[in-house]
Amino acid sequence: MRRLDPYLPVIGVVGLIALWYVAVWIKVVDPVLLPLPTDTFRAMWTGMIGGKLGGDFLHTVERTTAATAIASAIAIPLGIFLGASERLYRSVEFVIDFFRSTPASAMFPLFLVLFGVGDRTKISVAAFGAALVILFNVAYGVMNARKTRLLAAKVMGASRLRILVDVTLLESLPQTFVGLRNGVSLALVIVVVAEMFIGSTDGLGNRVFEAQQLFQMPDMYAAIFAAGALGYGLNLALLLVERRFVHWSGK
Amino acid sequence: MLTRAAAGIGSAADSAAAARAHVTIRGLCKRFSNASIYDNFDLDIPRGKLISIFGPNGCGKSTLINLIAGLIQPDAGEILFDGKPLSDIKFGYVFQNYREALFPWLRSVDNIEYPLKVMKIAPAERRRRVEWLVARLGVAIDLARYPYELSGGQQQLVSIMRALVVEPEILFLDEPFSALDYEMTLFMREQLQRVFLETDTTIVLVSHDLEEAVYLADFVLLLSRHPARIADYVPVSARRPRSDETLAQADFVATKAHCLEIFQREVRRA
Repeated sequence: MRRLDPYLPVIGVVGLIALWYVAVWIKVVDPVLLPLPTDTFRAMWTGMIGGKLGGDFLHTVERTTAATAIASAIAIPLGIFLGASERLYRSVEFVIDFFRSTPASAMFPLFLVLFGVGDRTKISVAAFGAALVILFNVAYGVMNARKTRLLAAKVMGASRLRILVDVTLLESLPQTFVGLRNGVSLALVIVVVAEMFIGSTDGLGNRVFEAQQLFQMPDMYAAIFAAGALGYGLNLALLLVERRFVHWSGK
Repeated sequence: MLTRAAAGIGSAADSAAAARAHVTIRGLCKRFSNASIYDNFDLDIPRGKLISIFGPNGCGKSTLINLIAGLIQPDAGEILFDGKPLSDIKFGYVFQNYREALFPWLRSVDNIEYPLKVMKIAPAERRRRVEWLVARLGVAIDLARYPYELSGGQQQLVSIMRALVVEPEILFLDEPFSALDYEMTLFMREQLQRVFLETDTTIVLVSHDLEEAVYLADFVLLLSRHPARIADYVPVSARRPRSDETLAQADFVATKAHCLEIFQREVRRA
């Protein structure tokens, strides 16, 4: 029986689809609001292959990737710098935690004023949100570097700079990846929300919103699932990169 | 206190002092918050010998080697190696927690080479020195593996090799085997004895196991409760290489009993 263990996750998926069919058949919801799974997947297939969904999907990927890249480029070096001195981090911790707790969506109007209606606003709000999450994780990764490991490098005569590069940075990598995975998820949330409003014409958020407005329910569900798959895929991709390059993580 | 301690050392300490001193500690003082761990402490560590440090819990055994190895700074006092400061000598240090002391992102061989890399020694020469060390110690570990792929004992052996690869004149070990199971501990004692016999390194070992302390040592340094004094500095004359038979020899049993007696006396002292 244990041989079947890898297939356990399939049970949840099959169960959900079965539940969906049952819900349609016994008409718990208006059939117009809840199409059959087959209709939804057909809408997803045609949308991704030749329809608008594919293009929207790519736009959202681009924005999320760009936001996460910008956030990483700023937050990783800054996190290392702040984390290298615990007192320095403590002095800015409240500011970081405060803005980390502020819903990034509340910043839209401000960024609209700054960057106008366009990609720059969407990407910069998402980057802002993701950067704080990444920053916080990188700084903690640096601060929580194992003291014994730092001491070991010190007794071997390594200079402070050398310890930073050879030990502290590598020590902080597992936590950095936690930050990256949380950051990319948050960036996707913000990008999708941004695509729904503020004068958007493309992206998955726009697709979901437009399908709903036009009452094309299979298209709407298809776009929601595409967004879900994107979020899952981005996380998985980062996880695979981490397993490859941070092989010691959790060991 | 100091004079009484000095008087109490008796003939045993004379023999430790008679050997040529490698490390001389004079007037060492160290306080932690409200406890005085060392107050005007003097000690000579003879050259080329293996010294075990043993004493009651919290008496400052590890603190002593951390002070000597420069991991913590003394409040006062002088620690010299043949009259030179620590910065002028090569030394090795082995931590109790090998899991946190090794670098998991480096293969075992690169861990061992790391101190040589810090010393800016060329890769080919680094490789050569590791190979030489492996041959000399008869190490049978696949060093291409990462530390987390090795057993605890193997990891600690990698730590010891990392400390030895710079050819230190003095090697410090802070309870190096206390995180290992008994079987592995016995094996590692033999490995350490081999290291000692194969090199002329002065070794300072902190141990929490009296049998181990006596078995490995040329001199057992027994410390009192803090502020630490030398309760006794006991020579162990059993011939090397020592083995399980050594443990049963009358001399060894008597030395161990003597150390235990001193230890008990120090533990009971309020």
